[in-house]
Amino acid sequence: MTEKTPALRLEGIVKTFPGVRALDGVSFAVMPGEVHALMGENGAGKSTLMKVLGGIYQPDEGQILIEETPTKMTTPLEAKAKGVVFIHQELSLADELSVAENVYLGELPRRSFGRVDWNRLYADTAAILDRLKVGFTPKTLVGDLSIANKQMVEIARALTVEAKAVIFDEPTASLTDAEKDVLFEVIADLKARGAGIIYISHRMEEIFRITDRVSVLRDGQHTGTATTADTDEEAVTQMMIGRKLDLSRNAVHHELGDVALEVRKLSCGDLYTDVSFQVRRGEVAGFYGLVGAGRTEIAETLFGLRDPSSGEILLDGQKARIHSPNEAIARGISLVPEDRKGQGLVLGMNCRDNMTLPQVDDLKAGPFVAEGAEVSIFDQYRDRLDIRTPGWKQLVGNLSGGNQQKIVIGKWLSMHPSVLIVDEPTRGIDVGSKAEIHNLIRDLAAQGYAVIVISSEMPEVLHVADRIYAMFQGRITQEFTSDDVTEDNLVRAISGLADNGASQVA
Amino acid sequence: MQAGTPSTFLKRGAIWGFILFELIFFSVAGEILSLSEKAFMDLDNMLLLFKQSAPIGIIAMGMTIIMINGNIDLSVGATFALCAIVLLDSLTWPIFAGLGDWVIPVSWGLALLTGVALGAINGMIVWKTGVDAFIVTLGSMLGYRGLVFMYNGEQPTSHLNWTLVDFAEAQFLGLHTATWFLLAVTLVIWFVMTRTIHGRNAYAIGDNREAAVNAGIRVGPHMVINFMIIGFLAALSAVVFYSESGSVNPNDGELYELWIITAVVLGGTKLTGGAGSVISTFGGVLAIQLLRKGLGHIGADTSTVNLVIGLILIAVLYLDRQLNRKGAEELKT
Repeated sequence: MTEKTPALRLEGIVKTFPGVRALDGVSFAVMPGEVHALMGENGAGKSTLMKVLGGIYQPDEGQILIEETPTKMTTPLEAKAKGVVFIHQELSLADELSVAENVYLGELPRRSFGRVDWNRLYADTAAILDRLKVGFTPKTLVGDLSIANKQMVEIARALTVEAKAVIFDEPTASLTDAEKDVLFEVIADLKARGAGIIYISHRMEEIFRITDRVSVLRDGQHTGTATTADTDEEAVTQMMIGRKLDLSRNAVHHELGDVALEVRKLSCGDLYTDVSFQVRRGEVAGFYGLVGAGRTEIAETLFGLRDPSSGEILLDGQKARIHSPNEAIARGISLVPEDRKGQGLVLGMNCRDNMTLPQVDDLKAGPFVAEGAEVSIFDQYRDRLDIRTPGWKQLVGNLSGGNQQKIVIGKWLSMHPSVLIVDEPTRGIDVGSKAEIHNLIRDLAAQGYAVIVISSEMPEVLHVADRIYAMFQGRITQEFTSDDVTEDNLVRAISGLADNGASQVA
Repeated sequence: MQAGTPSTFLKRGAIWGFILFELIFFSVAGEILSLSEKAFMDLDNMLLLFKQSAPIGIIAMGMTIIMINGNIDLSVGATFALCAIVLLDSLTWPIFAGLGDWVIPVSWGLALLTGVALGAINGMIVWKTGVDAFIVTLGSMLGYRGLVFMYNGEQPTSHLNWTLVDFAEAQFLGLHTATWFLLAVTLVIWFVMTRTIHGRNAYAIGDNREAAVNAGIRVGPHMVINFMIIGFLAALSAVVFYSESGSVNPNDGELYELWIITAVVLGGTKLTGGAGSVISTFGGVLAIQLLRKGLGHIGADTSTVNLVIGLILIAVLYLDRQLNRKGAEELKT
């Protein structure tokens, strides 16, 4: 492999933003006919690097070489014309247009007077779709396709040029296993045609299944490249986080209190079915499963954002009907949502105002807001949660992910809830702050809160939860205690492969 | 925050800088062209300017809340006209004949109540149907205007009550009645937006509606209250203006919504909600009024006023966009 010229080579790429060195001299090369995994924690610089490659950002230093020719790319279209093609994680398709129009968006074949050459458009698109072995035609409206098929359209876009390098950014996030197999075939096909492939994914099993080499980024630096066959998960993880991952269970055991929340046979349409569980005071219940397994929807139901179609919810042994977040909050249920910025925080407001948002009604002095009381609440939780901010006047949008999450948690703690639901507590938070948030959740349980943690990260549920509910396709497939859980069983339970357990699915 | 300081200052201060520029420009231009023997910054002239700002200014305060909240209200002009008719017509109703001048507070009350009711209708429709406020109030703008025409056809509705006229033309500490109303409304709404829970929630909902819902804020009722406030203010504006003029044409208040939105946007309130200031809206109202007056002062055709304001509005929004850009790394769109 070494004697060939790399399809794409990066040399000492540096990119800084005010206050951050997002990329600090990154160099690596992708050979033609190679699948090269790029891994790294969130915030390690992967997306910045991809944007540099895609012509969205210009590097401050260093250069990009395509087949050893130094190249400057200033727009995504220019990058594509030079043979660097992206398959984005977030679909960027126009739903109201046909598949063919989307595939050639911005590059529609033309005839005289600016007319579109429809015949050529449909013929060319059909040829590409043939290669992908998909079941839809060029004239299908993209809005009518499933997510997986939309992903295929995104991939079809990449095939309109003879690509020298193709970059896949978390392509399997929304695909089923069968669809993944098709995707991997497409990748193998591209590889056989001599394209260099950069494959970004968090899923270890995919990395070890399809890639030839792995490069790892950490804090904007390239920490190493290994041949996939010669390495293992542990070594890659260590490169990613710079130390061995602490997978040890939480050993602290404390007395559990009464059942704070019980759910019996709760269903909501086809989102989830016959879900029953209970959470005691002082206990952390973990909900583990794939995206779309119904975990978030259960949380939304408990918080009054959805109405269940059947089943009941009991708080402290009393039946409760919850129809709005307002009622949920009044009954002591709090939700730290999955999408912190979109659902949890008002980014344009300062720290104090965000912290007291749910209780500002109770903090009045006559018709006015009692700002003094607000500041003292903020100070109290800033100290208790160790929130690092220059002061309460700081806009929440300027804080780091970890500190933002603490603001959301502090917001709910200041309401003295009995049940705290935390959906994906550490999404988009750096490794150091992750441990802090985990400890915080353990502390809260020790203080007598009933805590529900929803997570897609296995180490997280293993580390944090006393009891784990595994979910698959809207059902709880198995329940584990921290003593009887093993990684293997957990994986089987969330893939519908559980061979024991009360309510298993076929 | 460090990087934002100069641009924040510019943004907050821009409208006042613009007003200063207008004052200087029109004074100097007026001198050079010497079309009028009176100076532009003549005291009487300025007092009149405040008074003339009042009808639009009072409603603009309500529009500021609505827009910070993430909505818009296009029906204010029609509400204004309808409330004016209620005011003037009810003064002559036979059942109030025995009241003498006590009919005035009754008619005022009826007009204000009409405004609140019309606002409540807008708000309830927006809340209960979930249709965008732009569409709902576009509909009610046409509907309310239709009611105005149904009332008296193309004919003006007139009634002069001299007690009322005396009150409206009175000057206290040199300022006209209308000016006092404008100042009072500005002050009250400023307090509401900066010091009360309602104001705090308006910013939160406008900035991130989902987060506000998740914090247990009842977004629907909150919006209805805002529409009732702007309805009340549209009525108040009508009451103040028509107490003096005593005659309302069915076309009165047309295009008010656009002038008002222009003033609010000039003052820096975001169309998408979540940010804005009542004091800056006050500046926006004065800036527009100055421009209209100033162009007249230097002898420009009144029809050029619209052209100039339109250009300035676009220039201001472009400037705002430049100041708000996060830098070169912002995505090109």
